[in-house]
Amino acid sequence: MNTLLIVLLIIMEISQIHFLYVTVRDALNQALDEELERDERVFLLGEEVAQYDGAYKVSRGLWKKYGDKRIIDTPITEMGFAGIAVGAAMAGLRPICEFMTFNFSMQAIDQVINSAAKTYYMSAGLQPVPIVFRGPNGASAGVAAQHSQCFAAWYGHCPGLKVVSPWSAEDAKGLLKSAIRDDNPVVFLENELMYGVPFEMSEEAQSKDFLLPIGKAKIERQGNHVTLVSHSRMVSLCLDAAAVLAKEGIECEVINMRTIRPLDAEAIETSVMKTNHLITVEGGWPQFGVGAEILARIMEGPAFNFLDAPAVRVTGVDIPMPYAKILEDNSIPQIKDIIFSVKKTLNV
Amino acid sequence: MRKMLTIISNVLRGSASRNGARVVVSARTYADFTPQATFDIKKCDLHKLEEGPPLQAVLTREEGLQYYRTMQTIRRMELKADQLYKQKIIRGFCHLYDGQEACAVGIETGINLSDHLITAYRAHGYTLTRGGTVREIMAELTGRRGGIAKGKGGSMHMYTKHFYGGNGIVGAQVPLGAGVALACKYLGNNEICVCLYGDGAANQGQIFETYNMASLWKLPCIFICENNKYGMGTSVERAAASTDYYKRGDFIPGLRLDGMDVLCVREATKFAAEHCRSGKGPILMELQTYRYHGHSMSDPGVSYRTREEIQEVRSKSDPISMLKDRMLSNNMASVEELKEIDVEVRKEIEDAAQFATTDPEPPLDDLCNHIFYNDPPMEVRGTNPWTKLKSVS
Repeated sequence: MNTLLIVLLIIMEISQIHFLYVTVRDALNQALDEELERDERVFLLGEEVAQYDGAYKVSRGLWKKYGDKRIIDTPITEMGFAGIAVGAAMAGLRPICEFMTFNFSMQAIDQVINSAAKTYYMSAGLQPVPIVFRGPNGASAGVAAQHSQCFAAWYGHCPGLKVVSPWSAEDAKGLLKSAIRDDNPVVFLENELMYGVPFEMSEEAQSKDFLLPIGKAKIERQGNHVTLVSHSRMVSLCLDAAAVLAKEGIECEVINMRTIRPLDAEAIETSVMKTNHLITVEGGWPQFGVGAEILARIMEGPAFNFLDAPAVRVTGVDIPMPYAKILEDNSIPQIKDIIFSVKKTLNV
Repeated sequence: MRKMLTIISNVLRGSASRNGARVVVSARTYADFTPQATFDIKKCDLHKLEEGPPLQAVLTREEGLQYYRTMQTIRRMELKADQLYKQKIIRGFCHLYDGQEACAVGIETGINLSDHLITAYRAHGYTLTRGGTVREIMAELTGRRGGIAKGKGGSMHMYTKHFYGGNGIVGAQVPLGAGVALACKYLGNNEICVCLYGDGAANQGQIFETYNMASLWKLPCIFICENNKYGMGTSVERAAASTDYYKRGDFIPGLRLDGMDVLCVREATKFAAEHCRSGKGPILMELQTYRYHGHSMSDPGVSYRTREEIQEVRSKSDPISMLKDRMLSNNMASVEELKEIDVEVRKEIEDAAQFATTDPEPPLDDLCNHIFYNDPPMEVRGTNPWTKLKSVS
């Protein structure tokens, strides 16, 4: 067994197949660096993005490399600087506006929706707005109610926006690069707990032109018995649950949405038509959420007739996020919740 | 004899304007008209400024006629919009600009078309001065396919080159304007952004956030408060703890001036533009002006102010009358000439209104277009699951 491994490593070395382990944070940093280098109109603004290297170190090293003109520290005035970013985009630049967390984007949400998302339509094509709003979204650890909300459903509701929610390092890099190159407003929902997680990054993903298409989901794990649809950190939980269930002979197909809007309904439908069972898994609240939308689409589409059981949602608990660890842990989906839901759906 | 001269000069003027020798030809046939005059203009109130704009303005005959024509066009266009709204041909929101013409015209003469401008929803005048035509503006108000935004924007969402609307959310345009100014500085193109808001919006928090960043980063932004004394139905005294709007920028130098005098506005704008272009950062102007109509077409405008007040402004401070009097009393134009401009303007408005009422509405398959720019065509859900609509960029 060991010799086999050694032989494999030697073959890989000879054939120059290099796998790199890159954290989501570093993948985002690479994407920002590459796009700043590629296009002079791209710039980053937000709180602490420059001299502090980023509140979560996502923009580490960029200010040193690109300077004050391209990496701008703002005062703590979200509505103001988000509006400034949108205006700069209207006048021909390509800003990346960072919200320290998306909770603070609520202060600026009018600029995101009314000034950015709707303008191309209201102007009947005269005024595009090529802007990216990015930052961590959703629950973190111990940050309590005002700092833990998931905004996927809020932004996903609005036409004129693209809303992206990466999971892995490759997702983060490829999707952020695509978002920056996109000529439309993109809300890019990162996750603080994923920043430090390392992922294998293929050779292809290491290239400066590696892009992932916005609007296309990815099947992370093939399976025949049930479809699990998820985005961001919850994809990890789905895969963990799938590993446990596999031991009992239940094969889950895990879909990583990658994009919230436009939703890749086709990928989900194709999968459901194969597995006949659907469970959506998200960290956000249940009412009017991402899962609710997916279930509605399945009801309205061709996959409905293939369901052997009602499609269900696994979501965060419908409460503001508490602080105490035991309470917080029980406010968001755990692996056991996914396993429980799968077994209920499959009636085993 | 005079009439003959008028006719001859019109013919000559018509042919002369094609080779650009208009002024010379006019001077030859209009030996009795003053080619230019210098006018005293009111001194501006200054905030954190050692010097202000000049106390005199030079106006050439040509400029005067042009300002007159543009202001009259705005005036008649807005009055026509009033008419069409009452006939229910224009619907929804309609915020009219009549009374404030000197602001839009004066500002534009103080900057270049290559500069940038953004304002709030009382935007028809600016859409015109920034390059829109009366036809496309009126057709947008009536929601037709020939509208400047193809009928998809309406009164509050009109755009042209370097004119960013037309914005419906009070105050939101101010950070946007500073962002445009940031782009000007970033690109090093020596352009500036004029960023307008009203006395009502002047109390918005995001404006103070913008003052802070514009000043910190020395953005080439002229903030202009059009103070027409009323934020919808609330007078300035009832809305603002300090009605010295030109001082509200605190660390930003400010000017307060007569917004009914087009020359005052022009000189102040030139002064402000020079300030910005020289890298000194933002500057604030407060234009004291007045709107004859209510806040919008659904507001008669007399519940919070008296008819006497409106009448007084009309008779004593009307911007178009002020310019007309100046030109006539200095022999820079004749009454007939100005009347003729009035006739031409009226005709232009009539033609535009005719177009705006007969042009067809946008086609239904334009419904879902213009969601995204530079994107492949996509499907948009209709009102029910079986209706799939097409959207192209």
